[in-house]
Amino acid sequence: MADLRNNFAGIKSPNPFWLASGPPTDKAYNVERAFEAGWGGVIWKTVGEPVVNVSSRYGANTYNGTRVAGFTNIELISDRAIEVNLREIKEVKQRWPDRAVVVSLMVPCEEAAWKSILHAVEDTGADGVELNFGCPHGMSERGMGAAVGQVPEYVTMVTEWAKTFSSMPVIVKLTPNVNDVLYPARAAVDGKTDAVSLINTVASVIGVDLDTMSPLPEVAGKGSHGGYCGPAVKPIALRMIGDIAREFGPSLPISGIGGISTWRDAAEHIAMGAGNVQVCTAAMHQGFKIVEDMIDGLSNWMDSKGYQSLDDFRGHAIPNYVRWENLDLNYEIVARIDQDACIKCGLCHIACEDTAHQAITSGTNGTRLYEVIDKECVGCNLCMLVCPVENCITMEKVDNGRPYMPWTEDPRNPANQEAAE
Amino acid sequence: MLELRFEQREPMAEQSNIAASRLDKAAYAQGFNSDAKVPLDQPRALIEASRCYFCYDAPCVEACPTGIDIPSFIRKISTHNIRGAALDILEPNVFGGACARVCPVEELCEEACVRDAQETKPVAIGMLQRFATDRFFETGEQPFSRAAATGKRIVVVGAGPAGMSCAHRLARLGHEVVVYDAREKTGGLNEYGIAAYKVVEDFAQKEVAFILSVGGITVEHGKALGKELGLDDLRRDYDAVFLAIGQAGVRVVGVGGEDLAGVEPAVDFIARLRQAPDLAAMPVGRRVVVIGGGNTAIDAAIQSKRLGAEDVTLVYRRGPDEMGATDHEQEFAQTEGVKIKHWAKPAGFVGGGGTLTGVEFEYTRFAGKKLEGTGDTFIVPADMALTAVGQVLVDESINNGAKVALDVNGGRIVADAHGRTSLKGVYAGGDCVEGKDLTVQAVEDGKVTALAIDADLRG
Repeated sequence: MADLRNNFAGIKSPNPFWLASGPPTDKAYNVERAFEAGWGGVIWKTVGEPVVNVSSRYGANTYNGTRVAGFTNIELISDRAIEVNLREIKEVKQRWPDRAVVVSLMVPCEEAAWKSILHAVEDTGADGVELNFGCPHGMSERGMGAAVGQVPEYVTMVTEWAKTFSSMPVIVKLTPNVNDVLYPARAAVDGKTDAVSLINTVASVIGVDLDTMSPLPEVAGKGSHGGYCGPAVKPIALRMIGDIAREFGPSLPISGIGGISTWRDAAEHIAMGAGNVQVCTAAMHQGFKIVEDMIDGLSNWMDSKGYQSLDDFRGHAIPNYVRWENLDLNYEIVARIDQDACIKCGLCHIACEDTAHQAITSGTNGTRLYEVIDKECVGCNLCMLVCPVENCITMEKVDNGRPYMPWTEDPRNPANQEAAE
Repeated sequence: MLELRFEQREPMAEQSNIAASRLDKAAYAQGFNSDAKVPLDQPRALIEASRCYFCYDAPCVEACPTGIDIPSFIRKISTHNIRGAALDILEPNVFGGACARVCPVEELCEEACVRDAQETKPVAIGMLQRFATDRFFETGEQPFSRAAATGKRIVVVGAGPAGMSCAHRLARLGHEVVVYDAREKTGGLNEYGIAAYKVVEDFAQKEVAFILSVGGITVEHGKALGKELGLDDLRRDYDAVFLAIGQAGVRVVGVGGEDLAGVEPAVDFIARLRQAPDLAAMPVGRRVVVIGGGNTAIDAAIQSKRLGAEDVTLVYRRGPDEMGATDHEQEFAQTEGVKIKHWAKPAGFVGGGGTLTGVEFEYTRFAGKKLEGTGDTFIVPADMALTAVGQVLVDESINNGAKVALDVNGGRIVADAHGRTSLKGVYAGGDCVEGKDLTVQAVEDGKVTALAIDADLRG
């Protein structure tokens, strides 16, 4: 039986599944329901500057019948009084000593403001603080959230204040709304952060109401950009987490956030270097009970792989996460279609014919026969991806006997040609 | 599943054996004017539409006699483009609404659906087609227009699906069309032959009204070929003649006692039922025997049961696989409480005082490929026997008094793939020519022939 206990930057929890800072962690009632359901920890919804929230706050993408494939919000930080939040945090932590209770914070970039709130949080007995440098909407217009996260100097400065004015572990939450997440990550490390968490939401407009011509979600006929999250953003998260894990290794704990709905998503985050994971949209979609399968599924999968603890596979994809120039140009695969499994939908053919390499036949003598023309197939995977039948199209390795040869060594690389001359 | 209430107004024994008003009033509405298949609502339609893979070279399209671009209309449902979806259906098949209700989809598009191969549950194409056409018809829009007038006048004989499909296409192409029909209403089998619960709320007439609203089509009733109409006159008076006269005759069983009171062709029973202003006034036997294995037999059996018959037995001379009715139809009949007996052929209608009391059958078996009686017989007690052993072309009507006879072979008018017959300017399609006796096939015949007539007239 795998051991899911988690120690993240010194913060202990019975499992790596935390609820991210957001609506599900806005007050004691919700947080305690989450703990009853089995969640290992929470990042309490950001407390700090007084705000007012609008009516109509969320929007979602429905894709081909799947609801909430992507989700957006224009909600700001907690609109409840700081004192109320802090009192509840203290009470909840006392009632649930084995769970992680971390408080997300956001105040203006003034030393006194941070000093004051950090002291107040420390008094609650919370396990740590997460500095919200990521929120891309509303708060950023007021010089907070992503507006801080996008300026490395500010990240370093505020992180240093947090370390100076508190003894709690500090997690810096990073925004994906930057060209290269390594800059703010380095800045957080420079400020001596204990950990980073990412990604916060992606600045976005979820859609447009074609009748009212209002961007969505709509507030009295107007829309404002929001923060995008949910299953659709997982790939963005994995890439940014991987970039940071590749640069810093295990010395910088990373809390993985972004599109985690299942234990599989969580396992992928952990394999890309996350020390634990945070969930929000999936819980908002289906309630807290989803954590049962997350715990159970991850544990069963770890058992099947022989992993006894999360550290046994954490970051295991990172050695394989390389720059493009290190990929093997001599590696060759071709598509194989299992004719017995084929249902003759023709999607592989039309995808290849219209948009790829004309490497799949459409049939002969009036019968539908979809076959790969090996010499035209470049092994792009497209047919396999569009085929609706699991394992009907597989990619088969061609044993061409050629050794590993990356672009850096390829004679076709102009840089190498110049060197040879 | 539909729940029928068979509350009897008085004990059966005290009723006459063929009687009306066997049921509570509400049961008639439920049995005959509520859909056999509950139509999809918007959320269900979207879920079902999302199951379509949007196949390339989709097998379902190939399986549709009218060649509707099924993946295209389903995709349009999923994007809320209902008008586009409906026109994908109605352009190749103006009877798309009727076909959505009556097509044996399990033997056509849905059988070909790749999902059937993958998981034995095809996309519900028929139900989606109904969804798209129903929603579109609610708008009341007339999407078709007519080309510039050609000055040509074409006569169509028979106002069923083949005739009206042809008339509609010809009218769109700019021709003037006169349609003659022997009956009082337009629609043919859609109006007189299809089970009531498949085309509820007077759908057949609504569809005909939609077809006629394009303009250029005049329908005259009470005129039958060979009686009020002669082929020579039609050829003389019009630029082209399209015969869509169906199979208007019924085949007799050919055993003794067929003239007993209580014995009736199933098509006549169904036609009466479809036209009955009050179904409670429609008499039905307490014990009904239906002879035959096609959809007409099934429809007659189910509707007898729904009229309140106590026992309905459908007897077919061969096995379930040989039945003309689809598996789906057979199963539906059995669910409705119809007893299906295979391997027995009628040997005689038994009666007393001129009234039917039972039907005698002889067991059958295959001797090689030939069906033979075993010599053993049994009698099924019956007050009513509905015969559905096939319909036939009334071929004498066509050539009645004609100077040059139209070629007829095997009970079908001889016509090529474009509906051209042996006589110049005379075309034929639908059930009166060789091919699948299906509404959808008739519609296709009418459409294809209209295009041929147009091409021939334009030279």
